[in-house]
Amino acid sequence: MIHIKENKCDFCGTCVAVCPVDAIEMAEADLKIIHETCIDCDICVWVCPIDVLESRVNPEEEEVASD
Amino acid sequence: MTEFDVVVVGGGPAGSMAAWYAAKGGARTIILEKDRDIGYPVRCGEAVSDAGLRQFVEPEPNWIAATISKIRMVSPNGTVIDTAGQALGYVLHRRIFDYDIANKAAQAGAQILTKAYVTGLRFDDGRVTGVEYDYLGEKRTLSAKIVIGADGVESRVGRWAGLRTALKLRDTESCVQFSVANVDVDPERIDFYVGHTYAPGGYLWVFPKGNGKANIGLGVVGTEAKHYKAIDLLNRFMAKEFPNASTLTMICGGVPVAKTVKKYTADGIMLTGDAARMVNPMTGGGIISGMHGGKLAGMTAAEAVEAGDYTEKFFDRYVKRWNKAGGDDHARLYRIADAVDSLSDSDLDDIAAKLTKVPQEKRSLLKIFSTAAKKRPGILIDVAKAFAGF
Ligand SMILES: Cc1cc2nc3c(=O)[nH]c(=O)nc-3n(C[C@H](O)[C@H](O)[C@H](O)COP(=O)(O)OP(=O)(O)OC[C@H]3O[C@@H](n4cnc5c(N)ncnc54)[C@H](O)[C@@H]3O)c2cc1C
Ligand code: SF4
Ligand code: SF4
Repeated sequence: MIHIKENKCDFCGTCVAVCPVDAIEMAEADLKIIHETCIDCDICVWVCPIDVLESRVNPEEEEVASD
Repeated sequence: MTEFDVVVVGGGPAGSMAAWYAAKGGARTIILEKDRDIGYPVRCGEAVSDAGLRQFVEPEPNWIAATISKIRMVSPNGTVIDTAGQALGYVLHRRIFDYDIANKAAQAGAQILTKAYVTGLRFDDGRVTGVEYDYLGEKRTLSAKIVIGADGVESRVGRWAGLRTALKLRDTESCVQFSVANVDVDPERIDFYVGHTYAPGGYLWVFPKGNGKANIGLGVVGTEAKHYKAIDLLNRFMAKEFPNASTLTMICGGVPVAKTVKKYTADGIMLTGDAARMVNPMTGGGIISGMHGGKLAGMTAAEAVEAGDYTEKFFDRYVKRWNKAGGDDHARLYRIADAVDSLSDSDLDDIAAKLTKVPQEKRSLLKIFSTAAKKRPGILIDVAKAFAGF
């Protein structure tokens, strides 16, 4: 599950460009992962120049972290 | 629902050129740009060659931050290779430049709308017939005979039409750039730092912008970006080389260092610029090639409107024109870039050491590479050529 760190993204679209399944939407200043489409390949995480994206293995962990 | 002949998605250099030439050819044309401004934010080192620019426009003084006459290459161990008189180019103010190219489209009759975020395509019988977009929170649609996707590296327009534009990691440079003040740089020289130490699978650039300002950035190839974050490498370089610099702007960006995408047209749609991966895969320069692609797409669109034929078959002439203008060259450069990637840091240092023995007056880029780089002379000549043309 890809998690977007808050207040960090520069909306450059590098992650959008590499996503193999078109699971990232990027407006002028808004980035969204379409979780139903995402196949958790993690390449968006690797390619981000400033480490905005994070792969969280366990959805529970995700919930705890976003609390 | 409003109807246009040509809807261009994206108002960068490729989109503006496309709209300019479509409108000039008589097509009712509109550009939809998601950001609030044309030309901003600037995700670019802003370097172009004089010859490249002059193919399309006469350079205007207010576009130019610095005029370039020299190139410096720095090898991993710090060996410096200077060449002079080989390159004439500019570091632009893209914010002004992009505005002016868009203005040329407007003057030719194209409409431009910012804050217009395209979210999908409309289809009729499998053929693209328009776009859906958000304008200040309002959902709107436009019908069009032709959609030109000039939506940059982050392009999704082509994917919606079934064109496979997703970039491979090895074909993507993950970049960060600081535009800084208070740096002591030669105002007429662009510097490239090569090798794994500075930028794994990419390079680091220092491009002057006048008055002690410069664009300083680097790209890391996607396959290495998991281990080396561009931001960390750039911060390290800045702390070492320019500890007193002030950062005026910081941006991230992706550069497609790929061959042009295999298929970039379909019924009712053409892609151009970064969206079609029309970037010089050796240097990452995409302003000029984007302008070229955009111009050809716009011309073709106007002809298609006149002929009443918006089929993929008609757009063949766009593909042929681009192959001749840049596509074939890029395929060749892509192969060379691949070979250069295989040079290790010590190979690069070796070559640099040999080059310093060539007298300065003989150090034309072509000459030094051909005389000194015995290892792979052919390859390095091409590298030099690519950089001299940016
Ligand atoms: C860090 C960095 C440094 C670079 N340095 C250089 C250099 O020195 N020299 C050089 O020649 N090239 C350089 N490049 C490459 C160059 O910037 C690009 O190749 C060039 O901008 C491509 O032009 P374009 O018109 O195709 O795309 P862009 O200039 O990216 O324009 C695309 C436009 O489409 C808009 N858009 C995207 N999606 C949508 C949507 N859904 N709806 C509406 N609008 C949308 C975007 O907001 C954007 O304005 C660099 C790139 C980077 C990232
Ligand atoms: S690559 Fe990173 S900074 Fe760029 S849009 Fe994606 S998450 Fe944001
Ligand atoms: S993990 Fe893979 S599929 Fe999911 S958003 Fe990132 S790149 Fe796309």
